Amino acid sequence: MKHLISIEDLERADIERIVAQAERFAEISHREIKTLPTLRGRMVLNLFYESSTRTRSSFELAAKRLSADVVNFAASGSSVEKGESLKDTVLTLSAHKPDAIVLRTPWAGAADLVSGWCNAAIVNAGDGKHEHPTQALLDVYTLHQRVGSIDGSSIWIVGDVAHSRVARSNVLAFQRMGAKVTVVGPPTLIPRGIEQLGCEVRYTLDELHTADIVYALRMQNERMSEMWIPSIREYAAWYQINGRRLSPHQVLMHPGPVNRGVELSGEVVDSPQAVITAQVQAGVVVRMAVLYELLAVAREPRPVAAMAGSQLA
Amino acid sequence: MTADEKVVLHEEEIGRALTRIAHEILERNASGPTPALVGIHRRGAFLAQRLHTILEEILGAQVPLGDLDIGFYRDDVATRPDAPVVHASHIDFDVAGLTVVIVDDVLFTGRTVRAAIEALFAYGRPQRVQLSVLVDRGHRELPIRPDYVGKNLPTSGTEHVYVRLRELDGVDEVAIAESSAVGAGL
Repeated sequence: MKHLISIEDLERADIERIVAQAERFAEISHREIKTLPTLRGRMVLNLFYESSTRTRSSFELAAKRLSADVVNFAASGSSVEKGESLKDTVLTLSAHKPDAIVLRTPWAGAADLVSGWCNAAIVNAGDGKHEHPTQALLDVYTLHQRVGSIDGSSIWIVGDVAHSRVARSNVLAFQRMGAKVTVVGPPTLIPRGIEQLGCEVRYTLDELHTADIVYALRMQNERMSEMWIPSIREYAAWYQINGRRLSPHQVLMHPGPVNRGVELSGEVVDSPQAVITAQVQAGVVVRMAVLYELLAVAREPRPVAAMAGSQLA
Repeated sequence: MTADEKVVLHEEEIGRALTRIAHEILERNASGPTPALVGIHRRGAFLAQRLHTILEEILGAQVPLGDLDIGFYRDDVATRPDAPVVHASHIDFDVAGLTVVIVDDVLFTGRTVRAAIEALFAYGRPQRVQLSVLVDRGHRELPIRPDYVGKNLPTSGTEHVYVRLRELDGVDEVAIAESSAVGAGL
C-alpha cells in the first residue's frame, strides 16, 4: 500500500489487516509509556484546506504516538490566502521531504492529484464530497469491537448522502466487509446513480427495523440556504432517528459532530446503543495503523539516475 | 527438515536445558522477590511458558509471566519491504521494582533483545533485567550478553539456526543448516 486515497483501492484483506493492527495499538494505551519508537525520523505533514479540529488532532496524535515528526499546515493564514495553488503549495512543502502528507481539501480528487506530484505517501483525510477513507476504516474497526463480524449484516446509512464523503467511503467499506448497505434520505439528498456502488436506495424509514446497524449522517446546516429540504423541522419529522424509530437490537453510529434534535434525538445519542464515543476513540488507533502500514516500510528506491550516481561516488 | 540440516539439540536436551536454566534463575535471584518471566514472540513466549511451569513447580509459588512482541521497536523498519504484522503483547503485572528475565529462542545480533528491553521499559521501570536464551549462536552486533544459555552454538554468518517447538512446529528440536537466501533477521 503506497497511498490511502479511496476505499476502492482496498481489498477486504487490507481492511482486516488494518483493523487487526489497530487492535494492537489499542493495547499500547494501557502501558505506562504510550509512545512507540516505530516511525522515529519519519515526517508527517498535515495539510488542511478545511477546518477540522477532530480529524487533524487525531492524525497528529496518531503520528506522535508512533514518534513521527508532525508539521501542521493550515490553509487559512498561509500562502494559500495569497493565491498559491494547491500544486505550488505541495511542491513547496515537499522541499521539507515529508514521508506522508495527510490532506483534507474541499475538492474531490485532490488527494489523487497530489499523489502524482510528490514522493510522499498521501493519506486522504477528506476530499470534497468524494471520500473520507480513514473514517470508514475507524467505523469498521468500531463495529468489529462492538459486534464482531458484519458479514451479512444490514447497515442503513441515513441522511444527507449527497454531500457526504463519509457515506461514499462507508458504503464501499461496509460492502467490502460483507455487509448489505441501504442508503436512506429525502430524494433531493440522495445522489443520482449511487446504487451503482451496489447499495440499495430508499426514501423512507418504514423498514428501518430490518437494519442491524443504523448510521446517521450529519445534517449540514450550512446547506439550508440552498433549499435541499423544506426545513430542518420537516427533515427531522421524517428522518430523525429517535427512540420511537430505533429498535433495541440496533447499533447506532454517527461520524460527528451531532446536531441533537436534527438527525438524532438526544435520547438515542445518550443511549447505550450509540457507539459515537467509541468511534472517536477508534480514530487515533486506526490512523496509527494507517500511518504504520504506509510508513513502516523501506522508502521508495531512488530514481535510476540518482542510484547510478551514488554508486560511482 | 531438509537434507543438509543437522539437529544439534533433541527434545530431551531442550527439556534438560530448560530445567537447568530454571534452577540457575532461582540461584541467581535467591534473595529478593520472585523474578518475572517475559517471553519474546513467538517461540520465546512458549519457552517462557515452559520455564514458568518448571519454576512454579520448584517454588510452589506463583511466578509472573508475560509476553512481548517487539515489532514496533525494531530498528529495521526503514529497510523492510512490508510493515511487519505485530502480535499483541501481554504484561498484566507491574514490572516496576521486579527482576524481569527476558526469554528468547536464539541470541544472534542482539538487536531483538535491545528492542525487547526498550519495549519492556514502556511498561515501567524494572529493578533488574536478565536474559535467557535457548541457543547463543554468536555474531553479536550490540553489547548484549545472556545470563542463562541453553547451548552455545558456534555458527558461521551464513548458517541458519532453526528452533522448532511442539506448540508451533509439532516437534522439539534445534537444527542448523547452511542457508541459501535466507536473510539474517532480528
